[in-house]
Amino acid sequence: MNLTNTLEIQETFPDIADEMLKAQTKDVNLYYKDFHALKNINFAIKANTVTALIGPSGCGKSTFLRLFNRMNDLISGVKITGDVLLEGENIYKKGIVVDELRKSVGMVFQKPNPFPKSIYENVAYGLRVNGYDHKDSIDEIVERSLKQAALWDEVKDKLKKSAYELSGGQQQRLCIARALAIEPSLILMDEPASALDPLSTSKIEELIYDLKNKYTIVIVTHNMQQAGRVSDYTAFFYLGELIEYDKTKTMFINPQNIKTQNYITGRFG
Amino acid sequence: MNRKRLKIFEKVFGAVLFSSSTVTSLTVLFIIVFLFNEGIGLFNSTPVEKKYQFIVSNNNTVKELSSKQLKDIFNYDITNWKQLGGSNDSILLFTINDLSTYFTDDELGANFENLPSKINELIKKNPGILAYLSDKYVPQHLEGHVIPLTKISIKDFVTGTEWYPTSEPAPQFGVLPLILGTLWVSFGAILIALPLGLATAIFMAEVASQRLRNILKPVIELLAGIPSVVYGFFGLVVLVPLIQQLFNLPVGETALAGSIILGIMALPTIITVSEDALRTTPTSLKEASLALGATRWQTITRVTVPYARSGITAASILGIGRAVGETMAVLMVTGNAGVIPHTFLQPVRTIPATIAAELGESSYGGLHFKALFALGILLFLITLIINTSVELIKSRKRS
Amino acid sequence: MMSFIHKRIKQKIAFSIFGLISMIVVGILFVILGFIIFRGISVINWGFLTKMPEEGMTKGGIFPAIVGTLCLIAGSMIFAFPIGVLSAIYLNEYLKENWLKKFMRSMTNNLAGIPSIVFGLFGMALFVNKLKFGDSILAGSLTLGLLALPVIIRTTEEALKSVPDHLRIGSYALGATKLQTIRRVVLPIAAPNIITGLILSISRVSGETAPILFTVAAYFLPKLPHSMFDQAMALPYHLYVLTTSGTNMEASRPMAYGTAFVLIMIVLIANLLANVFRRYFGKKNKMN
Repeated sequence: MNLTNTLEIQETFPDIADEMLKAQTKDVNLYYKDFHALKNINFAIKANTVTALIGPSGCGKSTFLRLFNRMNDLISGVKITGDVLLEGENIYKKGIVVDELRKSVGMVFQKPNPFPKSIYENVAYGLRVNGYDHKDSIDEIVERSLKQAALWDEVKDKLKKSAYELSGGQQQRLCIARALAIEPSLILMDEPASALDPLSTSKIEELIYDLKNKYTIVIVTHNMQQAGRVSDYTAFFYLGELIEYDKTKTMFINPQNIKTQNYITGRFG
Repeated sequence: MNRKRLKIFEKVFGAVLFSSSTVTSLTVLFIIVFLFNEGIGLFNSTPVEKKYQFIVSNNNTVKELSSKQLKDIFNYDITNWKQLGGSNDSILLFTINDLSTYFTDDELGANFENLPSKINELIKKNPGILAYLSDKYVPQHLEGHVIPLTKISIKDFVTGTEWYPTSEPAPQFGVLPLILGTLWVSFGAILIALPLGLATAIFMAEVASQRLRNILKPVIELLAGIPSVVYGFFGLVVLVPLIQQLFNLPVGETALAGSIILGIMALPTIITVSEDALRTTPTSLKEASLALGATRWQTITRVTVPYARSGITAASILGIGRAVGETMAVLMVTGNAGVIPHTFLQPVRTIPATIAAELGESSYGGLHFKALFALGILLFLITLIINTSVELIKSRKRS
Repeated sequence: MMSFIHKRIKQKIAFSIFGLISMIVVGILFVILGFIIFRGISVINWGFLTKMPEEGMTKGGIFPAIVGTLCLIAGSMIFAFPIGVLSAIYLNEYLKENWLKKFMRSMTNNLAGIPSIVFGLFGMALFVNKLKFGDSILAGSLTLGLLALPVIIRTTEEALKSVPDHLRIGSYALGATKLQTIRRVVLPIAAPNIITGLILSISRVSGETAPILFTVAAYFLPKLPHSMFDQAMALPYHLYVLTTSGTNMEASRPMAYGTAFVLIMIVLIANLLANVFRRYFGKKNKMN
């Protein structure tokens, strides 16, 4: 089912009221020079859920994810049309301050990318660049964020140590803690477990599940099982188009589109 | 058959390649060998040209004289042997030109046949005498003794505060003023070039659009391509008069002029090396910073520059290296006074400028010539240290 | 909210300052070039380029200096270009990562870092005195050639590195030998960049003064060299002489501006040529 407007989204998810939508896109097109990378995407993200974006590589899912914190702006030659709403406000309208927007949208990247600083300073970074400098409250937030990221017990005795002394999985949880510290209203995760071993991956997945209570999460993944395990909703992208978007359970049991079916069953991808 | 010939040719070509690289690699060693070969003779040689002797009375207890002491005696800064650890006799300086003060032409004889005995007489009579004589005037049955001169040591060379390589009878080979002059000018240059260069590098790597960068890059290359003698010329006709007027100085040729010109000349090195270093900062780190709400400027100061720190250090060291070794421009604008500088508004003389200015006048194989090669060794060692430290910084970064 | 405005203003100020500084750096170049071109161009005429210096170098031209510099360029490149290119081929195509390669590479780097005046000293000790070439074009060319070697090696190595490995492997797969692969596959692709390196080192060599001070340069020699064992005048040294030790420095100032102009032109044209070469052939290679 190709969703072309918000009305259809409402029809698909009658249980979603407007105020429950964390973010929305309306007729979004993205061009990279001559390449039409995202084609007329209409999409909605429900608050306090995990939404998975799946599809073969190059389908535009990562580009779509980066719409919500305007990371695509960093690439020259990108042109975007349509509206992207975050809590009802168009984040591409004039007068939006990009770094202010990014403060309210956290992001976790494919490979763990902690700064070459101490564990403490990594988590405090977002606070510092946004002008918080009250030491006690920073201490408090760092501790809270590390606890939320299920990392506190492992690092509480070595906060001053370099983040590079942590294992890959710990580093990725540190990056999640770093994103949580600025209390984002939306968290974007770009294949957050793809560079990790199975054990670390399952820890990250548990974490994502726990965070749902407080945050809204969009996760890009190429791992079907992962999408099935952690997400409430799943969207399937193909060649820059949103092919199908539904509750994860529905989509995995009974995909509407033959392309979705082929992808989920592993016939291409 | 053809195949075989090909193989032989292949082998020969390999040998040619190998010898080319060997020539290149060995050049550095050759340079070291030849510099040392010419320059090392300065050390352990007496500071006075051969064929001259210093003679003192037999009662004189002073063991030896250094070049510095000789100079002080000839300048009447030292007037008593007591000051040199000898007995309390005032020093009587005697050179062949003083003959007529002591003896009449008759006394010396028509063909100076009495000269040896008269000199002996003089030495015997004056316990405080210091006679500076050419070998041919030294009497055969000397009533005094030749006082040995302290040999030039590496320590004296490096720590000596006076550079008068041609002064008679006691040339001074102290290179401290030249070392300090070089350092003053070089650090002044880096003081100017580092902020400008770093700012430009950051601008090019992180701020400017691709199009602006495509304009800036060739400009920087061109700045590197201008010959140093042209920089010197520009400095001499534009900068030097400007400095003279601005600070109301007797001469505009100053350390400041040298630093400014060298600073401009060091810019391309600093910009290129720092920009390369800044570009090695992984995009993922910059993205992480931006995604946390940092501005691009905050990302630059908190992530990009700290990450590139070692590369930027290497850039500054290389810049200093450029400045230390630069010859012509400095020679033309710094005034070349061989004194230890106290302000940037004084003329100074650097090591390379000294070599360039004086080698032409020195006689081949003489002390002065050797001293200039010794300066070359010093300069070579300084740049070797600089290059090695840059290599070390780079390799530490890699691991 | 305050802090947001604050940090954005900070960014704006910082970027403006940095942009301004970059413009100053560009400005410095244009001031220097502009000054010399503006003052020099009025001196330039056919006579200036083709006449001998006259009347204590206050009149006439700079013909012998131009010829001398051309001789030095040719002499140094005949020596340095083949050795440099061959060394680079050996370093990049033949040597594996081992101590020898490390040693040779670090020696080349060290050679690049040696001040030009030290090359002058070395040239005087070896070529002028030891090998008894005397002050001659030969001695000067060899000295300048040594100076240009690391430049040529570095640019050639970069050119060779930019040739993708799969082309080499493809050639080997067809049964070509190493030498055939280098000659028929690697060198044709790397050639434009190697030539760019050659042009840039010519520009470098033409402006160097310190290495020729004691190996070739004549203060005043109003005739052309006849063999490579003759002394010669050279443009950069001539400029130095005119500005600092001419017989009548005020009167020879226009001559100095003219000489500086010619030097600048050599550098400008060489840089322009190198850039054109790089862009034109760079594009062509990409399209293939």
